[in-house]
Amino acid sequence: MEQQFPMIQVMNNDGELVMTEYREQITKELAMTFYRHLMRTRTFDRKCVSLQRQGRIGTYAPYEGQEAAQVGSALALKDDDWLFPTYRDHGATMTFGHSLTRILLYWRGRNEGCVPPNGKKIFPPSVPIATQLPHAAGAAYAEKRKGTKNAAIVYFGDGATSEGDFHEGLNIASVFQAPVVFFNQNNQYAISVPITKQMNSQTIAQKALAYDIPGVRVDGNDVLAVYFETQKALERARNGEGPTLIEAITWRYGAHTTADDPTKYRNQDESKKRRELADPIQRLERFMKREGFWDETWAQSVQEEVGREVEQAITEMENYPEAKSDDMFDYVFAQPTWTIEQQKNEYNAWKRGSIR
Amino acid sequence: MTMAVKTNTLTLVQAVTDAMRTMLRERDDVLVLGEDVGKNGGVFRATDGLQAEFGEDRVIDTPLSEAGFTGAAIGMAVNGFRPIVEIQFLGFIYPAYEQIMTHASRIRSRTMGHFTVPIVIRAPYGAGVRAPEIHCDSTEALFTHMPGIKVVCPSTPYDAKGLLIAAIEDPDPVLFLEPMRCYRSSREEVPEGKYTIEIGKGKKLREGDDVTVIAWGAMVPVAMKAAEEAAKKGIQADVIDLRTLYPLDRDLIAESVQKTGRTVIVQEAHATGGVANDIVSIINDTSFLYQKAPVERVTGFDVPVPFFALEDYYLPTPERVLHAIEKAVKF
Ligand SMILES: Cc1ncc(C[n+]2csc(CCOP(=O)(O)OP(=O)(O)O)c2C)c(N)n1
Repeated sequence: MEQQFPMIQVMNNDGELVMTEYREQITKELAMTFYRHLMRTRTFDRKCVSLQRQGRIGTYAPYEGQEAAQVGSALALKDDDWLFPTYRDHGATMTFGHSLTRILLYWRGRNEGCVPPNGKKIFPPSVPIATQLPHAAGAAYAEKRKGTKNAAIVYFGDGATSEGDFHEGLNIASVFQAPVVFFNQNNQYAISVPITKQMNSQTIAQKALAYDIPGVRVDGNDVLAVYFETQKALERARNGEGPTLIEAITWRYGAHTTADDPTKYRNQDESKKRRELADPIQRLERFMKREGFWDETWAQSVQEEVGREVEQAITEMENYPEAKSDDMFDYVFAQPTWTIEQQKNEYNAWKRGSIR
Repeated sequence: MTMAVKTNTLTLVQAVTDAMRTMLRERDDVLVLGEDVGKNGGVFRATDGLQAEFGEDRVIDTPLSEAGFTGAAIGMAVNGFRPIVEIQFLGFIYPAYEQIMTHASRIRSRTMGHFTVPIVIRAPYGAGVRAPEIHCDSTEALFTHMPGIKVVCPSTPYDAKGLLIAAIEDPDPVLFLEPMRCYRSSREEVPEGKYTIEIGKGKKLREGDDVTVIAWGAMVPVAMKAAEEAAKKGIQADVIDLRTLYPLDRDLIAESVQKTGRTVIVQEAHATGGVANDIVSIINDTSFLYQKAPVERVTGFDVPVPFFALEDYYLPTPERVLHAIEKAVKF
């Protein structure tokens, strides 16, 4: 199966272009765009981990190490496409145009974090594993029914492939020939459970065979490979050729969430090794240097610019108006039912009375 | 009982571990399965050390597949094992809901007792710990409504251990709800080795003649706090920790509310369709003529458990309970 689904690399760990047919397409400008987004997502993620430690946001799910998979795939989308993320995919959503402030609000326990910027078809992060796959199939099918060329991408982890919703989502999409890309980030762990205990299959891509849809394995730390393969899958989708399953092989360097201690179940030296060998950002940097695209002062300015942007978002998050208790009552139905109406009124009356 | 029993000072989550360890030692047919229960010892450390002691065949890390491993546990249970299934958070039990609703709970009755399902499904539940969305549900009533499964919900370490052992020994499926908020909030002396607490029996935590306050799980400390505040105002409350939500301890409820004639029920879950309503029915059926005031219910609202920025507004507080107590007493 590993032969049948070889891992596609466009550049190797040394940043050497191994699929030279792409040389023309990878302009300096495109490489700079990738780099900027990789730096932006990493800066944001690290900042979130430290905000959590300082108690300024709640439990947080970091994605450091997975940036190329998220950035490469999200940059392949067109403005009118749909994006269905999990809790670990805000690297993808911010690349696709989500607001950093709102993403931060999500981690601060605010519903505002589930509301995308106007016009952006970004679904709230799915917390129950794999449940978003059928949604993406449906949203994509709706685009097809409406006769548009829009597609959907849905993110999920290796663990998610064990849930029924994964299989049901792929099957429905296949039967409906829905224009959807199932984008798996195989970071090789579901909390503490390694992929070898998660499945007895050698690849995730091969699961596409059962639904008779294309299955592709890419090096998820190779932003170029991710970008081009996602683009091809989206192209097939737009052309009426149905869904694709992409397995992007990657690694999360850190904890599952800030509430998790990875040293309980794995040797973190592995993360160190992978960071040295296959870090997605360093790899692109090496590539850019080889191709003569690199400019140290520019890289410096990118770092400063994304740092400022993240700080600005944090300020906005912290100055955001307080959450109001009415909010929990007001959005359950278009028209509140009498029980909710009554509970809200009684609660507010009690609150007023209790302010003595 | 004069024999000195050795005890350990344990938190609720440690008592849960202790119960499983005790039963894994005692019976070969007991096994534990779920997500991250092995090396990681569970995301709350409830299975800490169990895989090291009992091996990977008895403490099993499963794929991320609630329907799959709950269904497999049913298959193992009909075929000689006593699986203890860990659902990582109650909010993630829904993929397994079908297995529980259409199979675990009714295999005995469908087969007139030929096949039985002695499984325990453990799940941490509840809000108030600043957890992300869906990690905070308290949907016990979805299961108390379900015929054929018992629902247990301890609030203290001692009860947790005795009830979990009773659940493991029970011949029928038991949903064992563990209040996350109480996991490490207090410690108490817990006897070593095996002891059981009868499923279906509540416990009186405090004696008082003026009002009965009934709670379970994470609402027990809230009810107690309110009762203490009420006492400062001269109102003496009976406080009942139900401990089991199906079947309810009808006799304990009736005995208390016949004495006090006034009742406040504290429920973390949404109001509509909740266990509190079943308690009102019991009061109605057993003690109608003793009542001096309408039964007060202090509950969560008919809204999805809000994100944590709003969870303090959602959760019943000692202040809200005290208000209800005063309302009942002044009626
Ligand atoms: C239905 C369900 N069960 C359990 C959980 C608890 N949980 C949260 S993340 C996670 C592991 C997910 O692993 P994977 O799909 O590989 O994605 P990753 O977190 O590695 O990105 C688990 C078990 C959940 N969120 N939903």
